[in-house]
Amino acid sequence: MATNTTTAAPRKVSKFSAPPTKAGRSIERLGWVLILPTVLVVLGIAIYPLVESFRLSFTNYRSSRPDRWRYVGFDNYRDLFSDEVFHKALWNTIIFTVTSVAAETILGMIVALTIHSAFKGRGVVRTSMLVPWAIPTVVSSMLWGWMLNDSYGIVNKTLVGMGFDRFHKFSWVGDPGTALMSIVAVDVWKTTPFMALLLLAGLQVIPDDVYEASRVDGASKWQQFWQITLPLLKPALLVALVFRTLAAFRVFDIIFVMNSYNTSTISVSVYAHRELMNNQRIGYGSAIAVVIFLCIAFLVVLYTRMIKVEET
Amino acid sequence: MAVNHIKVSQQELERLRQTGGAGTRNKKGMLDLLGKIGFVLLVLLILFYTLFPFYWAIVSSITPYAELVSNRWFLWPQSATWDNYSKVFADDRFMRALLNSFVISTGVVILSLVFGTLTAYAMARLHFRGRTFFFYTILSMTMFPGIAIIGSLFQMMRRFHAYDTLWGLMIVYLSFALPFTVWVLANFFRAMPAELEQAALVDGATQMMALRQVLLPLAVPGMVTTGLLAFIEAWSEFLYARTFTISTNAKTVQVAISEFTGNSQYEQPYGVKMAAAVVVTIPLIVGVMLVQKRIIAGMTAGAVKG
Repeated sequence: MATNTTTAAPRKVSKFSAPPTKAGRSIERLGWVLILPTVLVVLGIAIYPLVESFRLSFTNYRSSRPDRWRYVGFDNYRDLFSDEVFHKALWNTIIFTVTSVAAETILGMIVALTIHSAFKGRGVVRTSMLVPWAIPTVVSSMLWGWMLNDSYGIVNKTLVGMGFDRFHKFSWVGDPGTALMSIVAVDVWKTTPFMALLLLAGLQVIPDDVYEASRVDGASKWQQFWQITLPLLKPALLVALVFRTLAAFRVFDIIFVMNSYNTSTISVSVYAHRELMNNQRIGYGSAIAVVIFLCIAFLVVLYTRMIKVEET
Repeated sequence: MAVNHIKVSQQELERLRQTGGAGTRNKKGMLDLLGKIGFVLLVLLILFYTLFPFYWAIVSSITPYAELVSNRWFLWPQSATWDNYSKVFADDRFMRALLNSFVISTGVVILSLVFGTLTAYAMARLHFRGRTFFFYTILSMTMFPGIAIIGSLFQMMRRFHAYDTLWGLMIVYLSFALPFTVWVLANFFRAMPAELEQAALVDGATQMMALRQVLLPLAVPGMVTTGLLAFIEAWSEFLYARTFTISTNAKTVQVAISEFTGNSQYEQPYGVKMAAAVVVTIPLIVGVMLVQKRIIAGMTAGAVKG
């Protein structure tokens, strides 16, 4: 790989490049050598399997009978259109993404504004933010699963103790009406800190004199928030929103740990996993995986447009 | 775990540290007593919200089973016990899973730091064709959905006998840890003034010598933070671990803990589960607390326009 890059072509001159010279060529070669391991990892463990997933999505491959398979064209994709579980999964995923990202953003904003105001002990609050963030998702799901336990969970015990008898042995994750929202609650708890810290960083780069000037002009705190803070926070807010949307759309861990493959809360990723691994329908599962990839890719394109990556 | 796309610019961080903090809004006079009380309540509510679930896990883990399933409402057990922890540490399968996770995560950190540093240096300082393309590929890799490739990876791992092995999982984990490390460290190197190694180059050092003797020592704090973040990601990963392991040979702690069940289906070992959850989490919390300033700066710097 290093050898075919030695022919010089006109390009941007940077500090260490002297294109057609011997030194420039050796730098180019060194560059390729240094990125080689990463290139191999990306090619071998991401690009190649991804291409394979695309290919498999046009087959009826099953891991239970690996010798008998054929290409079936777009059959898998056509089946997805009429697959009610897939519709349910897609709908759940959209609901999950929208509600959890919205709740995280609002809560994150409240927390960020709170920490941003000067008060004794703000360091403690900021540090406490790191606890939910550092806890592995599987563990967070278990903690909440236990708190929401129908018989012995602290939530039901408290609610019943307060006189809400209908929560006696109420199964938050088992009841279709509350199942998805219980899962959203775990995600919100887990990721609000991340959101808050991102927004806090954004708040901290807004210069004080902007606020001073508007205060002199007689703006209220409320006006300041809507007319100064929010517009200036927009870049940070947008990035945070897209990051979270990307992560929420492919949610797997929380749902799988709290409610397994149950249709009531199934997401597209959980459904893909069920078809691929549990039902061994590699072809069909790959079609779902490809659809997920395309959705994420679309969002990534959106994202890279929004944060302009500056090439030196 | 949250994605952390980090654009570390030292000056930016420095500025952040100085401008943030006290003195931002000294308008205390405007707050009446009521507002103050409301504010204190809000702060307490935030603390309660973020800390209670983990506190409750700790409390549950030291509460005797009988009390845990009793009707009594409590926030602290009448008689604390270490029984649940003894059970966790006596569970060979769980202990093996802890070891597996430790080996995998450490391996992932070492490999991604070694390869990541070299690649990041090339991306930040050397000019070669294809760099821009590669840069964007790396960026998009950090958002790659694992679910899109598990089907074909599963087939590949079977073919290469990597299924249900520690090394197999380690290599798969590089697919997210390495691009992430490269991304963070490349931005870290870029933030360093070019004059630093130019002086060394003028004195006759090679690029690699300049990297090793001038840049690397300065990059150590960045590498520590990145390494810790990569460790957390690898330690907490679930989808790949659940899909590519089947036996105690390679099962990681996240898989083991999610499958933790008691001997009897009627007696769910809630307390033991919570003890295991605490054991799995404590190392991460301690690590994060030790370098918390850098972690916060690291995880948030990406979102700040820089």
